[in-house]
Amino acid sequence: MSARLARGLRASLFWGAVALILVYMTIPAFVVLMTSVSPSELLEFPPSGFSFRWYERAFSYPDFQNAFVNGLIVTAFASSLSLLIGSAFAYLVDRYVFAGRAALEAVLASPLIIPHFTTGFGFLLLGADLGLGQSYAVVIATHVVLTLPFVSRTVYVSLRNLDPALERAATNLGASPFEVLKRVTLPLLRPGMVGGWLLAAILSLTEFTASLYVTAQRTQTLPVAMYTYVREYTDPTIAAISALLIIFTTALMLLANRCLGLRRILAIDVH
Amino acid sequence: MKAQALPAVELTRVSKNFDAVQAVRELSLTIQKGELLTLLGPSGCGKTTLLNMIAGFDVPSGGSIVIDGRDVTAVPPYRRETGMVFQSYALFPHMNVFENVAFGLRMRKMAKLGIERAVGRALEMVKLEGFASRRVGQLSGGQQQRVALARAIVIGPKVLLLDEPLSALDKNLRRAMQLELRELHERTGLTTVFVTHDQEEALGLSDRIVVMSRGEIQQVAAPLELYRSPANGFVASFIGEINRLPPARCRIEGDEAVFEIAGHVVLRARRREKLTIAEGQETHLFVRPEHLTIATSKSSAQNKVSCRVTTHLYQGAYTLTRVDAGPLGNLQLRALGGEAIAAAPIGSQIEIDIDLDEAVILAG
Ligand SMILES: Nc1ncnc2c1ncn2[C@@H]1O[C@H](COP(=O)(O)OP(=O)(O)OP(=O)(O)O)[C@@H](O)[C@H]1O
Ligand SMILES: [Mg+2]
Repeated sequence: MSARLARGLRASLFWGAVALILVYMTIPAFVVLMTSVSPSELLEFPPSGFSFRWYERAFSYPDFQNAFVNGLIVTAFASSLSLLIGSAFAYLVDRYVFAGRAALEAVLASPLIIPHFTTGFGFLLLGADLGLGQSYAVVIATHVVLTLPFVSRTVYVSLRNLDPALERAATNLGASPFEVLKRVTLPLLRPGMVGGWLLAAILSLTEFTASLYVTAQRTQTLPVAMYTYVREYTDPTIAAISALLIIFTTALMLLANRCLGLRRILAIDVH
Repeated sequence: MKAQALPAVELTRVSKNFDAVQAVRELSLTIQKGELLTLLGPSGCGKTTLLNMIAGFDVPSGGSIVIDGRDVTAVPPYRRETGMVFQSYALFPHMNVFENVAFGLRMRKMAKLGIERAVGRALEMVKLEGFASRRVGQLSGGQQQRVALARAIVIGPKVLLLDEPLSALDKNLRRAMQLELRELHERTGLTTVFVTHDQEEALGLSDRIVVMSRGEIQQVAAPLELYRSPANGFVASFIGEINRLPPARCRIEGDEAVFEIAGHVVLRARRREKLTIAEGQETHLFVRPEHLTIATSKSSAQNKVSCRVTTHLYQGAYTLTRVDAGPLGNLQLRALGGEAIAAAPIGSQIEIDIDLDEAVILAG
């Protein structure tokens, strides 16, 4: 009897701890979401009522509109370029043994070590030097560098999970190297590549530190616009736009998870 | 006399080195059209490497490979027209059964109608009619195996290459698939190279068996010949169970060969035509467990040896009995049924009879 009681106690302790961690992790987002529906002019928590007025303002505020579109443009190009370059790197590292392979891997991982601040600052100076200023090109280039390790890693893992016998089987059946790539390798890598792209998109959409340096008023992305806004205003619009960004990225995250999860299911299927 | 047909595959002094490892050494072999040839040997002896060289996945370090009269040593694998079945099956997970089987035909730019007909026929041949639209993930191991087979045979390969295709299946299914493979081979008449390290499988399936060891051929022979007259000690001990007796000295007495083992045990065998052992030469005797029997009081056998029973291993159809035969070492007997267990209890002293007429006798 007492053993069962002890087990029950241990289970409730465990789940209690899990609940605490969950609350701790999500509380900032929760506070922001609550504040965003406050009718008051001031940022207040807990809110004294309920209203969507700050969402209306967030949607109609021109700077946010522009920044959102900018963000989409930058993300679309940066994630796609990152996917292209990252996939090529992953393929090279997986398939070929060459001098400097280890060095290449280190370079690919370097954005994890170099602060975003440094990367942004570097690209700002470089952009100025090349006469590109804070154009889209510079912003996109910055975001490509920042997202590359994640994309190449994702594709690399997918490549590792690919049974080499599948490519051999296709070759044996008469498929030229190009046909093998087109009909076997790429289709099987697709979930991993889509997942990698979405991961890059999420990182790019929410990146702030480096973007602060490399964007101008004309090219600024949403997090930068939000930062500019809080320096001037203190109303809950900022909470509303934050909530929107959270919802948008959560949707992307779910999508990415489905793609990467699907990849795993496929890998199980094969064996 | 009929003119000798062109061999399906001819390997001439083929070698393959992986850095320091010599996986295959100057191996020459001719595979006849329509035969089912098995590559048999212990793990790491180079079976897969040899198969990969025929398929074109491994480039030989030396020698030449001719398929159907054409030297393919430098031809890439996708132009060799071989059909390979992989140990892991390697079915394309993003395609259904039909698309998997159709893959090779699509690569050959066959017309749609022709593909449908050929795939239908191939699936029928492996008894998978009605499975065309299944996802490969929904198939059992045995079914996946059949799809892999259908995919390989549908292209009408010049040679079918099977690398341990049955090793992932459980024992019963494996037996059934062995029979089916043999039947499929009769029906298609495809030249087939089958890799296994299961000697029973090899004996049961093959027209000829190639026994390999350390990248070299030990013997090429039909199953029966291989079992009854292995060319050397390695083959003798690798194919089936066999007792290796201690070195013997041979003497000829009339029409009998007399072997003296460990100084005082004397065994006799009828002289054979083929036996080319000189007087006094050291010889090695190998005796199958089924040629050792428990001697009864009235039997008048000439090679009686006394020994002590150590274990019985009952196998249903037969019983394996281990005995300690003193100077002859440990020996194994095989007797039908299970009577031996009661007739010769463990620990008891018995006499056994060694029938040397079927023994393998090799000059040391
Ligand atoms: N790609 C490779 N690189 C280095 N060594 C290899 C490679 N492939 C095979 N070998 C070596 O060559 C030898 C023969 O290998 P192979 O795979 O042909 O053996 P096998 O007879 O098929 O064995 P198994 O029954 O275990 O499949 C082994 O010693 C193996 O370690
Ligand atoms: Mg092998």
